[in-house]
Amino acid sequence: MLQQVKTLFIKEFTLEWRNRYALNGMLLYVVSTVFVCYLSFRNVVSVPVWNALFWIIMLFASINAVGRSFIQERKGRLLYYYSLASPQAFLLAKMAYNALLMLVITFLAYAIYAWWIGDLVQDHLMFAVALVLGSTGFALILTLMSAIASKTENNMSLMAILSFPVQLPFLITLIKLSKNAVDGLDPSVSYGLISVLALIIVIVLTLSYILFPYLWRD
Amino acid sequence: MHKIGETSAQILGLAWWKWVAIILVFFSLTAGMLLDVPKLPILHETIRNLYYHVTQWFGMMIILTASLVYSIIHLAKGDRRSDIIASEAINVALFMGTLGLLTGMLWAKNTWGTYWTGDAKLNGVAMGMLVYLAYTVLRGSMDEEQKRGRVSAVYNIFAYVMFMVFIMVLPRMTDSLHPGNGGNPGFGGYDLNNNMKLVFYPAIIGWTLLGVWLINIRVRMRSIEEKRKMNFKQ
Repeated sequence: MLQQVKTLFIKEFTLEWRNRYALNGMLLYVVSTVFVCYLSFRNVVSVPVWNALFWIIMLFASINAVGRSFIQERKGRLLYYYSLASPQAFLLAKMAYNALLMLVITFLAYAIYAWWIGDLVQDHLMFAVALVLGSTGFALILTLMSAIASKTENNMSLMAILSFPVQLPFLITLIKLSKNAVDGLDPSVSYGLISVLALIIVIVLTLSYILFPYLWRD
Repeated sequence: MHKIGETSAQILGLAWWKWVAIILVFFSLTAGMLLDVPKLPILHETIRNLYYHVTQWFGMMIILTASLVYSIIHLAKGDRRSDIIASEAINVALFMGTLGLLTGMLWAKNTWGTYWTGDAKLNGVAMGMLVYLAYTVLRGSMDEEQKRGRVSAVYNIFAYVMFMVFIMVLPRMTDSLHPGNGGNPGFGGYDLNNNMKLVFYPAIIGWTLLGVWLINIRVRMRSIEEKRKMNFKQ
């Protein structure tokens, strides 16, 4: 099982690396979104606005980046994977890859965002925790949503409809945590929020693990 | 397809539990208006809305839970009936949720002074409505029956859990972090007296049974539609 996950994970990575245009496309998406925000807002001084704007950019970027993971797969190729590995291994590999991808995109987005719009963060360590938790959570939730949306006909628009409301509890908690970090509040205030985020991640992981086997059959 | 309630004992041509639904809903509508209620500041007589708004919400939650159960059954057995019941339960829950939303907005206007506030529970309703509307769109976007059943059951289970996280865990987090900022009064504060419980609990049962009745009718409608389609093909 672990071996399967590892092999599939490396396969995802190799495929992505071979046609880099998708990867470059995602990075360019983030850069241009931040640039549009920079031109529209000029500089943001209010902490809630700075914080919310950043996570909304990340929300859309994550739907674009992770949404492709199942939608781009061809039917025949999926069938081939399922004949080789267990569906759970396939899902876990996808999730691990998406989490890594989102981690890179999120930190990069933060760097560009801080450079253009300004860095208001006071507690950088806590903000990094928020970035790691946020990118992982987005990736995990969206992997399952992408699997669901790939079963339908107009999948990209459905992807957004399905995932926005489901992501809300996670997003709102995340925005609170990240705001505490930006304000530089004492870390002890944020422990509760961190545990809620971790709890949601665990729930999503378990649910996806249980439910995915019902999804992959066609 | 088997019809629910077909086998249960009938009184004057209606199954007994449908009579219970009618009687309980009418009882809560009249007794809720007539019986004494505690006099509380700000709430005054609007506390009577507890009989309608809160009970509709309870009914909706019970029906959503039933839909969750039928989705799980559908994944386990793969039968068509549980899929249809799960989806129709969500349609009915959306209807009851809309009723609960409207009565809640009226209540908010009279006590808080505005139809909509940023309160955690209100956002919970909005999120719930979005999730279940997305569910109906998801169902509409697939033609193949087997696939539609499985995929929408998976989404239903996932959405239910997220919805629970949103309305159960998050409001408590806000309260614990910002004391006094929560803004949503709990039932403990209302001092429910026995008089109110006498109407409150029957009203929950009444609305839930009414919901079951609606689901029953809609499931039968669907089975007739399917039969007509089959005949048309032949």
